[in-house]
Amino acid sequence: MIALLRRDLRLAVRAGGGFGLGLAFFLIVVVLVPFGVGPETELLSRIAPGILWVASLLAALLSLDRIFALDFEDGSLALLATSPLPMEGVALVKATAHWITTGLPLTIAAPILGFLLSLAPEAYVYLLVSLLLGTPALSMIGTFGAALTVGLRRGGLLLSLLVLPLYVPTLIFGAEAVRRGADGLDPTGALMLLGGITAGTFALLPFATAAVLRINLR
Amino acid sequence: MLWVTGLTCARGGVPVLSNVSFTVSAGEVLILRGPNGIGKTTLLRTLAGLQPSPDGAVEYPEDQGAYASHADGIKAALTVTENLAFWADVHGVANPRPDSNAGLENVLSSFDLFDLRDRMGGTLSAGQKRRLGLARLGVIERKVLFLDEPTVSLDGFSVKLFADWLRDQHLSHGGCAVIATHIDLGLAAPELDLTPFKAALDAGGGSDEAFL
Repeated sequence: MIALLRRDLRLAVRAGGGFGLGLAFFLIVVVLVPFGVGPETELLSRIAPGILWVASLLAALLSLDRIFALDFEDGSLALLATSPLPMEGVALVKATAHWITTGLPLTIAAPILGFLLSLAPEAYVYLLVSLLLGTPALSMIGTFGAALTVGLRRGGLLLSLLVLPLYVPTLIFGAEAVRRGADGLDPTGALMLLGGITAGTFALLPFATAAVLRINLR
Repeated sequence: MLWVTGLTCARGGVPVLSNVSFTVSAGEVLILRGPNGIGKTTLLRTLAGLQPSPDGAVEYPEDQGAYASHADGIKAALTVTENLAFWADVHGVANPRPDSNAGLENVLSSFDLFDLRDRMGGTLSAGQKRRLGLARLGVIERKVLFLDEPTVSLDGFSVKLFADWLRDQHLSHGGCAVIATHIDLGLAAPELDLTPFKAALDAGGGSDEAFL
């Protein structure tokens, strides 16, 4: 499993791997918002938590369809399915690799972009923590969606339609934690629910993903 | 080493082959013959466990099967050596001894890939990719091989390389193989014509079209 993780990370940083695409997208979306709503710092700082969370969600979505599609096309997925690696492990590794290449950079970049949106100073730490807790769930749910649409022609759009509704709870609690942090309220409840969602997806979705992959490989 | 009894193979829920039975012992090769569409690929995928079979049994030592198809699973952004090392690693052959048959260098020279070892997978020609795909079988140390048209896009010399490797490095070390092919590999091997096993058109089993 470590070998697969290493290979996926290496592929991501090599030419054409798409590493940084999500990050650049995140950057551009967040920079575009002040152009759209105007330069009033008060308004910006109020909508900043929501914008940052929605933008990171969309950025994570951007690279989802690559998770299994490339391996499916060149036959690696069938070979992995016949290898001693359990498919559940493959699903887990794929989600982890996706998180390391998109979720983690997003989390690290978010505070800098929060500054652009004049996010309240008290909220930075909660922004970081909520993204750290929430983005793994985005990758895991996305991996499940990618497994559902693997092998479909133009599955990318269908994938977005399937996955975005499933992102709603993560978005609600993630943005809520940051907003409460910005207002000086206690965000523990929202953060705990966020962590719970992530733990739940990692406990259940690898099995669902593996089952779906087996059906799609038939 | 490989026992197949009364196996039914289905594609998309529709049975294509029924009651297939054969045995392959260690050191033997079985060549599958039959016209296009008879179900050679389906049979091999069923044997490899990629497809469920409605009926029958397949037995071989656990974790000893390997499957190779038209798609080689080669990553364009990895070098030849990295591609092979990855598959060896996934199959738990992390550090093949340099002197063993599975040693990377030995396998590379068996398939005439030694000079290409630092080239990116994406820059290989179709035949070179195929050789790399077959070299994968050399590093993963599996005993039971299911090969679907292994010689597609290989020239005569490479076909001979492959047949030599199969005979000298695989079969003589107690391996066996089931190969679907249309050409003569130059191996003295029994052939199995699949035409008599063709499933009757009305053979049971509902379609699982909903999953396709």
